[in-house]
Amino acid sequence: MTRVTAGLASALCLSGAVGLHAAQDRWLPPAVDRPGLLYVRSPEVIKRAALGYNGITADVYWIRALQHFGEERLSQPPHVRSYALLYPLLDLATTLDPYFSIAYRFGSIFLGEPYPGGPGRPDLAIALLRKGIEAQPGKWQYMQDLGFVYYWHLRDYRTAAETFQRAADLPGAPSWLRPLAAVTLAEGGHRAASRALWQQLAQSEEPWLSSSAVLRLSQLDAMDMMDAWRLAKRERGVAPPLPLDPSGTPFVLNAAGDIEVSRDSKLFPVPGQIQPPR
Amino acid sequence: MNAARAVAVAVFRESVRDRVFYNLVLFAVLLVGTSILMGQLTAGQDVKIIKDLGLAATSLFGLFIAIFVGINLVSKEVDRRSIYPLLAKPIRRAEFIVGKYLGLLLTLAVNVLVMAIALYVVLFMLARDVAEPIQRAWDSPALDPALLKAMALIYVNLAVVTALALFFSTYSSPILSAIFTLGVYVVGQFNADLKHFDRIVDAPAAIAIAKACYYVLPDFSKFDIKLAVVHGVPVSGSYLAATAGYAALYVAALLFGAIVIFSRRDFK
Repeated sequence: MTRVTAGLASALCLSGAVGLHAAQDRWLPPAVDRPGLLYVRSPEVIKRAALGYNGITADVYWIRALQHFGEERLSQPPHVRSYALLYPLLDLATTLDPYFSIAYRFGSIFLGEPYPGGPGRPDLAIALLRKGIEAQPGKWQYMQDLGFVYYWHLRDYRTAAETFQRAADLPGAPSWLRPLAAVTLAEGGHRAASRALWQQLAQSEEPWLSSSAVLRLSQLDAMDMMDAWRLAKRERGVAPPLPLDPSGTPFVLNAAGDIEVSRDSKLFPVPGQIQPPR
Repeated sequence: MNAARAVAVAVFRESVRDRVFYNLVLFAVLLVGTSILMGQLTAGQDVKIIKDLGLAATSLFGLFIAIFVGINLVSKEVDRRSIYPLLAKPIRRAEFIVGKYLGLLLTLAVNVLVMAIALYVVLFMLARDVAEPIQRAWDSPALDPALLKAMALIYVNLAVVTALALFFSTYSSPILSAIFTLGVYVVGQFNADLKHFDRIVDAPAAIAIAKACYYVLPDFSKFDIKLAVVHGVPVSGSYLAATAGYAALYVAALLFGAIVIFSRRDFK
């Protein structure tokens, strides 16, 4: 066998393997909906197994957390969305790299997100942020995020105000945090106060944080529009036409005849619209 | 020491001939490829991940070179029987060992230096397209000079690993030397556990052995400041100096040990 023949044979076999692999993916889809797996769940074990390569291993778990969140969020029925691996992945990432700021901050947003857009677990969001505060007690951003979880997801305005106040007391905290604590305490639960909070965050230098805040502001606008629709319905006695929500998707009527954000809208679900499965 | 210098240059030339530096191409491809992918995958953490990846790859590639080239430094000469004409020349065995060590150290220095330059180039390209306010939110600037501190300690770490590999290769086969070196490297990562062995074990003898191992085995976790540097946590000059001093003493101990063993070997 000449070198050319052997080379050609090698290339031919490789293209055959690639072709078969692609054909399998196309025509023979997996028979079962395979659950995501996390072989090592113990942060202490993974810390030792990383053999000093903690940073890059934390990055791998962070990317897995992003993929897991994205896959579940975008999955379609009959797959039942489950974000079961989200907290363990974030816990591993932040144990390996205790300074991994975005994993705490973005992770807490993911965890607090109401079902089905997220797992609806503000308790885990709080646990993650508390872990970050323990690692970096001077980081006012974690304290501010903690305040937001209490405010937005738990509606615990007193604790939220106290947390904002503690964030404001930390060195380097922005000047707007102190008035924010006062507004939260005085007007907790008012949409105007909530809007003030998100408007502050929309000016953040972190693109992911400002885009999340812009989404929350759009949700608040949608809630205002729904209130206006309900008021018009009460005054006229008949249901007015359904408008478009701020993302451009039409509102829909639920079984009780009330207006709500469509499941097709990127604003779905607005706070209180849906509860996670127990 | 002219003889040691000649041996060192020969080792460096041999590593060039053996295409050891091909790993640099792989490193560059890995960094550039990852930097292109990262923006899509990591929610704005591309600079942090490139730093993590660059430092981890520098350390890992260097580790492979230090171990797999290091274990062959002596055994190759013996297997090829080139040791006989070599030792017949006016060269002392100590010079031979030191020369071999310095030659591989030179190879590793070139390797780490080129990787550091490649990392800075990729970080520069990434940061170039990012707006100033976003860059301010990063833990540390993209072209943070402190990265060089991490690179320096990676090099010091590799110097200790090379000395270990050379030490084992003076009396053992290459496979066993690789296993011993890797074993000590892994145990050296867990040194903190050895120190606190008394928290999980009640036997005084076991605790004493663990404590002894803690002090005698090299503490490789000392050289790892990658996380601190990536997140802009300050690493003091005194820490760097003390760690480099610790490594220098450890390397010297291993080299003296290797010289003693190699001097006693009979090549007749």
